[in-house]
Amino acid sequence: MREAANVSGSLRARLALTLIGGAAGLAVLLFLVVRSYAAQIAQQGQDRILEASVTSILDAAVLRDGLVEVDFPYAAFSILSTDQDDRVFYAIHQDGTLLSGYDTLPQAEQTIGADVVHVSGDMRGSDVRIASASRTLVGADARTLVTVAVAQTQEALQVTLNRISLNVAYFGAGFFVLSVLVASWATSTTIRPLERLTNSITRRGPKDLTPVAQPVPLEMGPLVSSLNNFMARLSASLSQSEDFIAEAAHRVRTPLATVRSHAETTLQRVEREENRQALRSMVRAIDESSRAAGQLLDHAMITFRADHLERESLDLVALVQDLVIRLTPIAEMKDIALTVESDPEVMVAADSILLQNALRNLVDNALKYSPVESEIIIEVKSAPQPHVQVMDEGPGFPPDQIDRLATRFLRGDNATGTIGSGLGLTIAQDVAEAHGGDLQLDNRSEGGACVTFTV
Amino acid sequence: MKFLLVEDNHDLANAVCARLQMDGHVVDHADKIADASAFVDTGDYDLILLDIMLPDGDGRAFLKQHRAGKNDTPVIVLTARSQVSDRISMLDLGADDYMTKPFDHEELQARCRAVLRRNAGHAQPSVQLGDVMLDPVAGQLKVGTKVVTLRNRELRLLELLINAPGQIFSKAKLADRLFSYDEDVSENAIEVYIGRLRRHLEPSSLQITTLRGLGYRLDHA
Amino acid sequence: MRYIYCLILCFCPMLVGAQTWEDRSVFGASNPARTLRVLSSTDTSFFAPIIESFLQRQPGLAVEYFVISTAQIDEIFRAEPSEYDVVISSAMDLQLKLVNDGYGLPIANLSVPDWAQWRDSLYAFTSEPATVVVNRSAFPNGDVPRTRQELIQALRARPELFDGRVGTYDVRLSGLGYLFATQDARASESFWRLMEVIGGLNAKLYCCSGEMIEDLETGKLLVAYNVLGSYVDARETVSDQLEVILPSDFPTTMMRTAFVHVDTMLRGDAEAFVRHLVNVQSALPSPETFPLPRLTSNTDASGQSAITLEPALMTYLDPLKRRTFIKEWSDAVIQ
Repeated sequence: MREAANVSGSLRARLALTLIGGAAGLAVLLFLVVRSYAAQIAQQGQDRILEASVTSILDAAVLRDGLVEVDFPYAAFSILSTDQDDRVFYAIHQDGTLLSGYDTLPQAEQTIGADVVHVSGDMRGSDVRIASASRTLVGADARTLVTVAVAQTQEALQVTLNRISLNVAYFGAGFFVLSVLVASWATSTTIRPLERLTNSITRRGPKDLTPVAQPVPLEMGPLVSSLNNFMARLSASLSQSEDFIAEAAHRVRTPLATVRSHAETTLQRVEREENRQALRSMVRAIDESSRAAGQLLDHAMITFRADHLERESLDLVALVQDLVIRLTPIAEMKDIALTVESDPEVMVAADSILLQNALRNLVDNALKYSPVESEIIIEVKSAPQPHVQVMDEGPGFPPDQIDRLATRFLRGDNATGTIGSGLGLTIAQDVAEAHGGDLQLDNRSEGGACVTFTV
Repeated sequence: MKFLLVEDNHDLANAVCARLQMDGHVVDHADKIADASAFVDTGDYDLILLDIMLPDGDGRAFLKQHRAGKNDTPVIVLTARSQVSDRISMLDLGADDYMTKPFDHEELQARCRAVLRRNAGHAQPSVQLGDVMLDPVAGQLKVGTKVVTLRNRELRLLELLINAPGQIFSKAKLADRLFSYDEDVSENAIEVYIGRLRRHLEPSSLQITTLRGLGYRLDHA
Repeated sequence: MRYIYCLILCFCPMLVGAQTWEDRSVFGASNPARTLRVLSSTDTSFFAPIIESFLQRQPGLAVEYFVISTAQIDEIFRAEPSEYDVVISSAMDLQLKLVNDGYGLPIANLSVPDWAQWRDSLYAFTSEPATVVVNRSAFPNGDVPRTRQELIQALRARPELFDGRVGTYDVRLSGLGYLFATQDARASESFWRLMEVIGGLNAKLYCCSGEMIEDLETGKLLVAYNVLGSYVDARETVSDQLEVILPSDFPTTMMRTAFVHVDTMLRGDAEAFVRHLVNVQSALPSPETFPLPRLTSNTDASGQSAITLEPALMTYLDPLKRRTFIKEWSDAVIQ
C-alpha cells in the first residue's frame, strides 16, 4: 500500500540552486568589484605619469625678456611611451592663448596654483585622459599664467584592463566552480539526516508506531516531534479502535449468545411445530450473522496483513495438526474423520496467523459440506511445492462455477441451507496469493471437492 | 459434571446455566474474577467456562493465575472476540480450548468431552443404569462385560435417554439435539440411530420403547 | 644613372601649378585603372627598383611618385592629405606626429620588430646612420677623426685649412637635419662644441645630403657632418678621396618610415605597397632591387640605439622648443 506523495519542488534542488545562485552572484560581484578597483588603480598609474609629464613641462617654463620659453625635457613625452603606442597630445597656453601644441585639446577647468587636475575627454575620436596644471611666471615687469595640458589615449590601459578582467574572470569562474562543489557537498550533507529519517521510518514494521529516538538536527526537531506526536495519536487511535471493535463485538455477541442459549433451551420445552420452526430459524440467523461478522473482520485483517507479511519459518504439518485438534470436536459431531496424510515436516516462510485462518476456512468448508460419517483427508506435502490439499466426500463444486467460486461473497448453488458468508474461499485465495502461491479448486473423480492451497 | 461458569453477563449466564442443568450438569456461576478464584479454591470442578472481559479484570489474568496455582482443571474460554491472534494467545496462556460467542451447546459439550478426554487421569464421571454403564467422555458403553465404543451421535442420543429414563422424547426434539441447525435432515433419520442403539443395548436390561405418534422412551426392565 | 620611366610634369597641370616638386615620376601601366600616389623625401633613383618590383604583381596599377624635402612633405600633406595614399619620409619625428595626429592607417598582420613600427601604422624599412664624410687629402697622415671629439680637435688644429670648407645641414630648412641635430644635442654636449667650432670656421649650410656630397666631390668641402652615408655609397662614381666615417662615440641612426593615409581610396594597394617595402628589405635584397640600407637591429655594436619611434620625437617639434633650439643653434653656427 504505497501512497505517492504530492511532490512539488525539491529541497535539495532548491538548496543547491540557492547556494549556486548565490555563488554566481558573488562571483559576478567579485568580478565587477575587482575589475573596477583594478581600473581605478590602472587609471591612477596613468594619471601619475601624465602628472609627471605635465610637471616637467611646466617646470621648464621661464619668462625671458617678456617671452615665455618652455624648454621642456625629452623625457616629458618619453615617459608616455606604452606597449600599445598610445597617442600623446599636449597644449601649452599663456593666459588662455595657445602657445604651442594642439588647440583642439579639451581645456580642463583650472584653478591657479592648484594641483594637477585629471579629466577624461575625447580627442580626435579617441578617449583620452588629460592632466593639466598651471603656474604663474613672474618677470621683471609682468606676471603671466602658463597652463600645460598633456593627454594620452587609453589603449594600453584598456589592454591592461582586459588582461586583468580576463584573470579576474578566470578567478571568478574558479570561485564559482569551487562554490558549486561546496554547494553540492553542503546540500547532500544537509539532506542526509532527512534521508536517514526516511530510511528508518520506511524500514519499520507495520505496527511499529514507537517514537523516533535517533538524534536529528535542530531544524528537524519540530518535524520529528510532530511525527512522533502523530504516531502516538495514531497508535492511541489504533488501539482505541481495536478496543472499540473488541468491545463492539463483545457487546453484540454476548446478547446473541444469550438469545441462542435461550432458544436452544426453549426448543427442548415447546412442542408445537411452528414454534419450534421459529426457534430454529432464530438460531440459524444468529449463527449466520455471527459467522459473517467474523469472516468480514478476518478478511479485513488479512487484507491489511497481506501488504506487510510477517514471514516466519514454520512447519506446515505442525500447523495443520494443531488445526485438526481444534476442529475434531466439530467433526465428531457429524462423525466425520479428519485424516492427516503428510511428510514428516514441511517448512515454509509464511505469516502463521494468515495461514491458520486460511486453512481453518478450508477445513470448515469441508466439514460443512461433508456428509455424516464420512472422511476428510488433509494432505500436507512439500513437493512439488509446499501445499495443503483438503479432500472431502461432499457434493463437490458445481462445475460451471468452479472458476468463480473464490470471488468475494459468492457461494456455490448447492450450498443452500449451509451457514457461511462465502468469504472462506476468498480469504484462502487472498492468503495464498499474498504468499506467492495459489488456490486450486477441483472435484475428485470419486466424488467430493478437492482444494489445493499452495504456498 | 460440575461446571464453573465465569461470566459477567447475567442473562447469558442464566441461559447457559439453564441449558447445562437441563442436561443434568451442576453449574456454579461467578460474575467476577475474585468470586471465580474463591469458587475454584473451595469447589472441585470438572471444567471451567471462562469469559474474557470481566468487570474486575481480564480473564487472561485469571487464567494465568489459575495455571500458576498448579490447578489443572480444564478451562474453555468463551470469547466475544473472533480474531485468530486472540485465540492463539488464549491457548498460549493455558486455555484448553476456546469458543466464540454465540456458541452451539452441542459443540460446547463436544469440546468439553474432547478436553476431558485429553486430560486423561482426571476422574471421569460415568452414568450407571441397571447393568449398563456409559462413559460419555470416552464414548464407551459397557453392557455386562462387553464394551462398545459408540459413534458420536449414538453416544449423544443414549446420553439424552439414559439421563431421563421413562421420559418420552419426540422425534423432533431428538433431531434438534442430534443434528445441527443447518442440516436438512428428516426426523426419520433418528430411527437409524435408535435402531443402532437398540442393537447395542440388546443384551442388557435396558430397552428403547417406541410410542407411536409420541416418540421414544428408555425403559428399565 | 637615373631611372625615369615616364615623363614629368605634363599630365597633371593642377599639381604642377600648385607645387614645385624636386622630382615627379609615374611608374607602371600607361593607361592605369588606379594610380597610387606616393609622397616621399627619397630620391626617385633609390625607389625606382622598389616600385618596379612592386608593380610586377599589381596589374592595372600605376604609381605616381612625388619627391620633396621632408619639411615640405609635412606641410604639403597636412594641407591636402586626401591627395596622397602613402607618405614616406626620413624625418621620423614629422612622420610620427602625422600618425599621432591620426593620419596613419593601421595595417594588420605585418610582421616587423616592435621597435620598427608605431601603432601598426608607421613602418620603418631602412636603417641609415648619420655620418661624417671627409676628404682624405685634408688628413694626409691617415689620422682621420673617428669621433666627434677628434673631429673638433682636428678642425681646431688647422682653422686656416678648414675655414669655409666644412658643411652641415641647415637645420632651419631640413627636417632630417633638424632631427639629426636634436638627437645629437640630446645625446652629448660635444655636439654644441662641434657646432661652435664649425660656426667659427664659417660653415656652409645645406638643405640636402646630395648637395653636400657633390661639394665634397668637387673639393669645395673637406668635411661634411651628419651626411646620409647611404647617399655616398649609392653614387656610381665616388671620388677615392672621400671617406665615410661612422662616429664611434655615438651613432645617430635614422629609420626611413612609411604610412598609409587613413582616408586613402586605394586602401588595398597602399597597404600592399607598404607591405612590399617592409618585405623586400627583409628578404636579403641585392643593391639592385633595394638600393637603400636595409633595416638592421635597433641596437648597434656600441650599445647605442637608433632613434626610437616614440611620442618623445614630438618634443623638438614643439614651436617653443624649436624656437629655443634654433636660436641656440644659430648662436653657435651663424656667428
